[in-house]
This record gives sequence, structure tokens and C-alpha cells, in this order.
Amino acid sequence: MTEQTDNPLRAYSTRTPSWWAPILAILWKDVLLESRTREMVMPILVFSFLVIVVFNFVIDPKPALVTAVAPGVLWVAFTFAGMLGLNRTFSMEMEHGGIEGLMMCPVGRDLIYLGKMLGTFFFILVVELIMLPVFAAIFNLPLFEPGLWLITALATFGFATVGATFSAMAVNTRAREILLPILFFPIAVPVIIAATEATRAVLAGDSLGDYSRWLQLMAGFDVIFVVIAALTFDFVLGE
Amino acid sequence: MTGRLTLLGSSGVLMMLLLTLIFLWVPTDIVLGISQRIFYFHVPMALVAFLAFVVVVVGSIGYLWKKSERMDALAYAAAEIGVLFTTLMLITGMLWAKPVWGVWWTWSPQLTTSLILWFIYTAYLMLRSYAPQGDQGARYGAVMGIIGFVDVPIVYMAAKWWRDVHPEAVVGPLADEGSLEGKMVIAFLVGLLAFTTLFAYLLMERYTLRRQESLVERLRYSHV
Repeated sequence: MTEQTDNPLRAYSTRTPSWWAPILAILWKDVLLESRTREMVMPILVFSFLVIVVFNFVIDPKPALVTAVAPGVLWVAFTFAGMLGLNRTFSMEMEHGGIEGLMMCPVGRDLIYLGKMLGTFFFILVVELIMLPVFAAIFNLPLFEPGLWLITALATFGFATVGATFSAMAVNTRAREILLPILFFPIAVPVIIAATEATRAVLAGDSLGDYSRWLQLMAGFDVIFVVIAALTFDFVLGE
Repeated sequence: MTGRLTLLGSSGVLMMLLLTLIFLWVPTDIVLGISQRIFYFHVPMALVAFLAFVVVVVGSIGYLWKKSERMDALAYAAAEIGVLFTTLMLITGMLWAKPVWGVWWTWSPQLTTSLILWFIYTAYLMLRSYAPQGDQGARYGAVMGIIGFVDVPIVYMAAKWWRDVHPEAVVGPLADEGSLEGKMVIAFLVGLLAFTTLFAYLLMERYTLRRQESLVERLRYSHV
């Protein structure tokens, strides 16, 4: 275990650093930090669980109603969970001058962005993969579908692409906690629509062909915004 | 200064002409009836709002590229006016929808996209007012301006497909827009010209004001 875990850092310090080594080093730093502080996955997990429980009371989904409301409940819970994760992405760098350390790294800002973005993606995805079976049990739904995992991965990646950029901006503003969702939600609307509709199709038992356009939309969103965000991240961090 | 007054004056004259055309000259639409006359305000405002957001993205890219404060002031001014015209477009659209479709609001792709557009650029303005003044806020705004603009066609596509899955609950008897005949086209073009000159005037006015604001800001800090 120790052998493997040290790998990314060592790869970065060798004479021939490859372009992905700094990305992995930043990702690894965040994973290590999370394993010691536990400030990200656990609180988000409990929070999204709470969202689902609260929805259960306000909607009272009877068996006939479940398939109609479940996709919406699931994606509201995941979007809020994602929101909390995005808040942490850069606010944790503001403590003890973490952001200055990152900015002093002798690597491109696009690589810093990709490292932070993948970290966010990873943590939110972990929460969601734990929540899916819980959700399936509570609403009595067949959620062990590979299609659903793909939808979750694509949507969460989309959240992380624009979310990491907005998180880096919001930490330097007044009213940062409220500004992040206001920036994030309108931009993420296509992903939220696509993820909910694709989930609805999966629950209705449709084949992949029936909802593949939603997957394509999310994949397109992911590619477009990972490129734009990586290219513009230099301007977000500044000097 | 005279150029600006000319713009304001010609916009005012064109607005008067437009009102005259709308209420006294243009024939009533056979299908949509009298309410169709709001079209000559509604559609030009929508087009001008979209033009404003094009200016925002041009100013944003220009700022990141050239680091010119002028480009940033242009983007900011255009965003403010764009939000203003989007608000007016949404309100006139709702006024028109009620008599024609029987509802104030419906989630058609155009309406959904317009509303999200309003949210995106309202967020842009909030970001600008909460972000630090000067270079940092300008950079944040520019990045948001670019991301927001690229997002709009994706929102439209998602809203369109969403509509396929959830067919319109209320389909008004008169939901189809008829084509425009000769006099209507002329009135529409006058409307477009009137609102475009108004936009140009407001943009120049707001741009100058924005430049003066940042100058005041700089002077204030240089004397502390």
C-alpha cells in the first residue's frame, strides 16, 4: 500500500516529469488530506442522506408515485451534495496558505486545475456511489444498473468542471457561500436536466439507445467545459 | 458627446414612430389578434438582449487577451443592459402569453433558455459586485462571461429535448405564430432600429460611467 501511495509524488520529483504527474500529485494531496481530516466525504454523505429523508416526508412517495419522483429527488440530493463538495474544493486551500503553495508549484495552472477538479469529482462520486444503494433501499428501486453509474459519473464530472472554477472564484469574494450556488446552478442546468431524464429512462427500463442523447449531451458539456476551464484557470488564480 | 445625443434623439424619434406604427398603421394579426402588437417591442428587446450578451463575451475575451480595462468596462456595461432587456423581454413575453396561450408562463425551450440566460447574467453582475475591485474582479467576470455564453446553446438543447419528454401541458388554441406580412415587417424593422439605437446609447453612457467609477476608485486608494 505504501509503495503505491507514494508513487505520484515520486513520479513528480524524478528527472522526467510527465504531464500527468503533477495532476496526480495534487489529487493525491487532497486524498491524503481527506483521509486525515475527514471534512469532505462524511459530512456530504450525511447531508445528502438527510435531503433524501426530508424529501420522503414532504412528498410521501407511495409506490405508484415513486418512479415519477425518484429521479428528481435523487438529483436534487446529488446536486446539493455536489454543491457542498465544491464549496470545500478551494475553501480548504485558503487555510494555512494552501493556495499560495499551489500557485508556487512550478507547473502549469491548467494542471493545477485538473488536479483540483479530479479531486472534487472523486470525492463527490464516492459519496454518490455510497448513496445509490441507500437510495435504492429507501425507495425500493432497482438502482444497480450500470447505466445509472455512467450517468452519475458523467454528471458529476460536469459539476466538477465548472464547479472547480467557480469555487476558486467564490472563495475570494464577499458572501462566498451564497455566491457559489448562484454561479453554479444556472450553468449546471443542462447537466441536471440530462441526468434526471436519463435516470428516469433507466428506471422506466428503457434501453441505452433511448437515452443515449442525454449521455451525449453530458459528455459534450464535460469536454467543452473541462477545456474552457483549464484554459482560463490561469486568469482565475491570477499572479 | 454630440454623437451620443444624436443616438438618444434618434432612438426617441424612432420610438415615437414605432408607437404610431403599432397603434395606428399596422394591420391586426388575423390569428393572434390585437395582442400581437406587443411583438414589435418584445422581439426587438430579445434580439438586443442577445446582442448585449455577444458584446459581453467579446469584451471578456478581449480583456483576457489584451488586459485592456476598456474591454472590461464594455463587457460590464453590456451585461447590465443585457439583464435589463432580458427582464423586459420576459415581462412583455408573459403579458403576451396570457391572452394568447392562456398561461403566464410555459416551459418552452425559448422561455426556459431566456430565463436561464437571465440567471446567468444576474450571477455575472453579482459576481462583479462581490468580487474584489480591479483586475481580479475583471478576470473573474471575463471567465464567467465566456462560460455563460458557451452554456446558452447547451441549455437550449437540453430544454428542447426535455420538452419532447414532457409535452406542453397547455397548448393554446393560437400557439402558432403566423408569418409577417409587408407592413408588419416594416414596423418590426423600425422597432429593431429603435431598440438598437437605444442599446447603443445606453452602452456608451454606462461604459463612460464605469470608466469614471474605476478612475474614482483608483484615485481614492492612491491618496490613502
